[in-house]
Amino acid sequence: MSALSLTAIPRTRAKDKAGLRLLTSRLVLIGYLLFLLIPIYWLVNMSFKTNAEIMSSVNLWPETPTLANYARIFGDPTWYMGYVNSLIYVVMNTVISITVALPAAYAFSRYSFLGDKHLFFWLLTNRMAPPAVFALPFFQLYSSVGLFDTHIAVALAHCLFNVPLAVWILEGFMRGVPKEIDETAYIDGYSFPRFFLKIFMPLIASGVGVAAFFCFMFSWVDLLISRTLTSVDVKTIGVAMTRTSSATGLDYGTLAAAGVLTIIPGALVIWFVRNYIAKGFALGRV
Amino acid sequence: MDKTQNNKAWFLVLPVLVLVAFSAVIPLMTVVNYSVNDTFGDNQFFWAGFEWFEEVLHSERMHAALWRQLLFSAIILAIEVPLGIAVALTMPKRGIWASTCLVLVALPLLIPFNVVGTIWQVFARIDIGLMGATLAALGIDFNIGQSSLDAWIIVVGMDVWHWTSLVVLLSYAGLQSIPEAYYQAGRIDQASRWAVFRYIELPKMKGVLLIAVLLRFMDSFMIYTEPFVVTGGGPGSATTFLSIDLVKMAIGQFDLGPAAAFSIMYFLVILLVSWVFYTVMTNLDKEEEFE
Repeated sequence: MSALSLTAIPRTRAKDKAGLRLLTSRLVLIGYLLFLLIPIYWLVNMSFKTNAEIMSSVNLWPETPTLANYARIFGDPTWYMGYVNSLIYVVMNTVISITVALPAAYAFSRYSFLGDKHLFFWLLTNRMAPPAVFALPFFQLYSSVGLFDTHIAVALAHCLFNVPLAVWILEGFMRGVPKEIDETAYIDGYSFPRFFLKIFMPLIASGVGVAAFFCFMFSWVDLLISRTLTSVDVKTIGVAMTRTSSATGLDYGTLAAAGVLTIIPGALVIWFVRNYIAKGFALGRV
Repeated sequence: MDKTQNNKAWFLVLPVLVLVAFSAVIPLMTVVNYSVNDTFGDNQFFWAGFEWFEEVLHSERMHAALWRQLLFSAIILAIEVPLGIAVALTMPKRGIWASTCLVLVALPLLIPFNVVGTIWQVFARIDIGLMGATLAALGIDFNIGQSSLDAWIIVVGMDVWHWTSLVVLLSYAGLQSIPEAYYQAGRIDQASRWAVFRYIELPKMKGVLLIAVLLRFMDSFMIYTEPFVVTGGGPGSATTFLSIDLVKMAIGQFDLGPAAAFSIMYFLVILLVSWVFYTVMTNLDKEEEFE
């Protein structure tokens, strides 16, 4: 009897302690999520308000919800063409990056060759290079070859950091595929291109998806390079937003709506890569 | 994995090489060219040697920007890494809530940098922002346009908001890779929560935490868009970090020589840190193979 109670007391105490710990950990998590979501909520909230309401009062929800801000964006070519332009160069960049990165990542994951380590390191430095260093030279390079203010200029310039990133992520995924698969396929008489497309690609499909997602994302979130390389014909959404905010200064409703619309593509795609997103950020090394 | 020795693999790397050379080497050569020349416009250049480098090395403005940058990166790391680990420890391990938390946590990472700036600029405004208005209602004088301290608080707060999630995601992935048996062993030994963290979880997170620290250091070291949108580098030059100063110099004032010399030194610092990163990471990869 006494032995029983002796063991019982520490056990309930341990249970209390565990319960308290669970409670504090939940509170930390909820607090962090609130910290993340409240600023975003404020933007969404503002995008449904009229400018008069934004300026006159601070309300947690719109008193007279309006879609006028979104209507203005979809009705004005300088606004909605910003999205179209951004999407065009982002997609171009993603396609180029993945296409050139696939064979290179395969080479790095399967073969050792003269200078491979140095080359890999050189690629890393480009991912880490400050875009500000490249802003002016890019401007002059693309002006001199007559590509200034075109989609392809921005797409090529973003390759600077996206191609190394794609190579790194894909290499991480490819090294997880056993080499015996390649060898078996060659013995079975597959040529390299056929093996790569028919057998290897399906095996690393998730890796390609993650790499594409990251290229898309880093090209989408950049402002500095796209702003430097475009002026009139290809006005990007980031440029449209900074220019409008400085020019009129008071049109916060439209600005908020434009901001909300830029969040949507990422928010939609993220669900599909949620289990791999850490692997992407860790350059394929988790 | 043992790799086959084959120099023909160069052909597979060639497209990447050409593309990145076009978008990295050529621009970088232009920068080097500017850094050792002086110009009066019209594409006429005069050899200036290392004059620009000396000028930049001795410029008060550069020193100030560099100190601000180092201080900023240090504060960012000191807040984001512990906070990120703490949040990762609280996330549910499996089920629908785990997925939902992952998506919500990752959300700030996918917002364009200028929109992040806009969100915080609006959020902190006294007249229309929730945070600014709340602080004003509490009687706290908060003005990012006038007070340097307030501008710093908002820039640091914004970066914590934007990037702590990266540390969370990486730590979470590290935690997920710990087999349940390790925890069972800990329970059998009646290890305290701290001991479990210190001797089971932390060693397993070492690899990903290293990547998180280095990525955060690099990215905060070249931060541009967010402070540019929120404070514009002000008030005065209180939040003018290296990149902001560089772009101001190169594109705003068109001081090509000093800007180029500055760029090269900036780049060398990055190169050095990249090298450390690369060496440490390849060593970690090797360790994993031996385990």
